[in-house]
Amino acid sequence: MDNILLEVKNLHAGIEGKEILKGINLIIRPGEVHAIMGPNGSGKSTLSSVLAGHPSFTVTEGEVDFHGKNLLELSPEDRSHEGLFLSFQYPVEIPGVSMVNFMRAAINEKRKYFNEPALSASDFLKLMRQKRAIVELDNKLASRSVNEGFSGGEKKRNEIFQMAVLEPRLSILDETDSGLDIDALRIVAGGVNKLKTEDNATIVITHYQRLLDYIKPDFVHVLYKGRIVRTGGPELALELEEKGYDWIKQEIDN
Amino acid sequence: MGSIDQYLDLYKENRDAINAHSADVLNSFREVAFNAIGDNQLPKRGAESYEKTSIDEMFAHDYGVNINRMDIPVNVAASFKCDVPNMSTWMSFIVNDMFHASPTSRHKMPEGVIVDSLARVASVSPDLVAKYYGTVAPLEDTGVALNTLLAQDGVMIYIPRGIKLEKPLQLVNIFSSPIDLMAVRRLLIVLEDDAEAQLLVCDHTQDNEHKYLSSQVVEIIMGERSRFDIYDMEESSASTSRYSRLFARQSAGSNLLINGTTLMCGTTRNGYDIDIVGDGCETLLAGMAIGTDRQHVDNCSNINHRASHCHSSQLFKYVLDDESTGAFEGSILVAPNATYTEAYQSNRNLLASTSAKMHTKPQLVIYNDEVKCSHGATTGQLDTAALFYMRSRGISEKEARLMMMQAFMVDVIDTVRMEGLRDRLRHLVEKRFYGQQMLCGECSVSCHEQKS
Repeated sequence: MDNILLEVKNLHAGIEGKEILKGINLIIRPGEVHAIMGPNGSGKSTLSSVLAGHPSFTVTEGEVDFHGKNLLELSPEDRSHEGLFLSFQYPVEIPGVSMVNFMRAAINEKRKYFNEPALSASDFLKLMRQKRAIVELDNKLASRSVNEGFSGGEKKRNEIFQMAVLEPRLSILDETDSGLDIDALRIVAGGVNKLKTEDNATIVITHYQRLLDYIKPDFVHVLYKGRIVRTGGPELALELEEKGYDWIKQEIDN
Repeated sequence: MGSIDQYLDLYKENRDAINAHSADVLNSFREVAFNAIGDNQLPKRGAESYEKTSIDEMFAHDYGVNINRMDIPVNVAASFKCDVPNMSTWMSFIVNDMFHASPTSRHKMPEGVIVDSLARVASVSPDLVAKYYGTVAPLEDTGVALNTLLAQDGVMIYIPRGIKLEKPLQLVNIFSSPIDLMAVRRLLIVLEDDAEAQLLVCDHTQDNEHKYLSSQVVEIIMGERSRFDIYDMEESSASTSRYSRLFARQSAGSNLLINGTTLMCGTTRNGYDIDIVGDGCETLLAGMAIGTDRQHVDNCSNINHRASHCHSSQLFKYVLDDESTGAFEGSILVAPNATYTEAYQSNRNLLASTSAKMHTKPQLVIYNDEVKCSHGATTGQLDTAALFYMRSRGISEKEARLMMMQAFMVDVIDTVRMEGLRDRLRHLVEKRFYGQQMLCGECSVSCHEQKS
C-alpha cells in the first residue's frame, strides 16, 4: 500500500435535509497540493466544513480515512489535534478573547491530547515570535481580540499564522485568496509555501487561477453539483481560467 | 398578611432592646419608619419594578436577628487571611451586622476621615450623622423603612472637604452564625466637596449550613466635584439572600462609579437609585452577574437626571447557565430642566443553557428635547460560528464556551478604575466559570497587590 494521508470515499453530506455533496472521492498523499475549483454553489465550502467537522452539516453516506483514523467519528477539536487544519474563508471575530489566550489554549489542548506538558510562558512567546515572522504578522495584533478589527488581509495572514503554529498534516485553505490584494496574496501564499514539507499536504479551494500561480498544485479537481467531475494537472486550472466552467457544465448536464 | 409582619412584631416586642444597643440618631427614625410601613407589605413578584423577584418571599423565612448584639464567634483568623503584606487597602469587617475595624485600618488615614461603626459615630458626633442619615433613602419605600426600623449599626464613611484618599477603603461583609440569620446593614457614605475615595465591598458567606439574609441600605451623599468609586462584589452562597438598596445624591461636577458584581449568590436583588441634582455630573453604573444552578439575580436601576450637562452610562451583563434566572429593570428619567443630558443604558445577556431565563425591561422617560439618550437590551446564546472556529483550532467545546463567557464580561470589568482590582476581578470571573469553589472568608480580592 502506498502512503495515503486522506482518503474520501463516496462522501454524501448536506445541511437541513438538503444534500450538497453527492459522492466525493478523493485521495491525498503526503507532499501533495490539491486544488479544488468549481462554480459557485458546487459544494466546495461544504466539503471543507464537513472535513473540519462543522456541526451544522450531516454526513449521510461514505467514509473519510485520515492517516488510519475514521475522521468522521472525531470531534472538530480532535480532528485538529490529529493534524487537520481549516483556514476559514471568513475568519470569525471573537470579541474579548485575546489572540494570545486563544493560541495558548489551542497549543496546550493539543499537547494535552498527546500527553505532553503545557508549554512554558517563555517557550510559548518564542514560538509565537517565530511563527509570526512567517506571515509578517504584526506583534500588535497579538494583544488584540481574535480577528476583531483586523483588516481582510490581516485576518487571512492570521489564519496562516495559526496554521504555522499548529503544524497540521493536512491544511484546507478555503478561498484564502478572497479579499486579498496582490501584496497580501503574496505574503499569504509565501507563508503556505514555507510551511510545505514532504510530510504534509494542502487542499486549496479557490475560484481563481491567480492563487495557483503562487501555490503550485499537483492536482486540480473540478467540483460541480456535489461531485468531482474532472481531475487533471495544473494545466486544467489554466484551461478553466481561459474557458470558464460552462463547457464542463454542459458536458455533465447533457 | 405578609412576611413583614414578623419583623413588625419583633420590633414591637423588642423596641427597648433595639434602642438600647444603638444610638439616638438611629433610634429617632424608628417610630417614623414604623408608621411609614403601616399596612404596607414588602413587594411581591409582579409588583411594579419587582416583576421577577419577590422581596416578600425573601423575608418570609424565620431568620434570627441579633438584637442584643451578642458577639457571634467567628473564625477571625480565616477572615483575616487576606491581611497579607501586599495588601494596600484600608480594611474593615462587618461580621453579620457588627462592625470590626481592622487594627491597621486607622493608620495613616488623613485627618478628619471617618471609617467607623455608624452607631459609634452617631454617639460621638450625633450632629454629623443626623445631617445625612436618612436623607437620600426614602422611608416611603417599605424595604428602606424596614431596614431603618431595625438597623442598629452599620458603617459611616466620611471624607472631609478636599481630602483625596490615596488608598482604597475595603469593607468585608461576612456571614457566619450558628443559626439562620438576617443582618440589617446600613452604610452612610459622605464625601464633601472635592473629596475623593474608592470603596471595595465584598460579601462573603462563611458556611453553607445556614440560611442568611442581608437587608442593606447604602446612602451616598456626594459634594461638589467629589469623586467616588464603589465596587460591590457578592461571593456568597446558594442559601444567602440579599436585598440591597443603594441611593446616591450627586452634587454639581461630581463623578460616581458603581460596579456591582454577583459572582455567587442564592437570591439577590440590587437596587440602584441615583439622583443627579447638580450640573455637570458623571455617573457610571456597571454590573455583571454569573448565574448557575438555581441562582437568581435581579438588578434594578433608576437614574434620575435633574440637572443639566450631566452624563450617565449604564452597562449590565449577565451570563446565566443551568436553571438560573436573571432580571434587569433599568430606567432613566430626564427632567424638564435637565438639558444637555447624555444618558445611555445597555443590558446584554448570554444564556448558556436552554433552561436559564432572563427578563429585561429598559425604560426611558424624557421630558426635554436637548438630550442624547439610548437604551438597548439583547439576550442571546453563544455565537456558534465562534464556537466552531475555536474547536477547529483544537480548543475543546467546554473550554471554548468558558473562554467566550469570560470574554463576554470583559467590558464590565474594564469599567473598574482600580487597576489591581481589574486584574483580580478578571481572575475571579475565570475561577467562577471554571467552577472552582471559592472559600468564603478568604476574601480573594484583597489578597493581591493593588496599586493605590
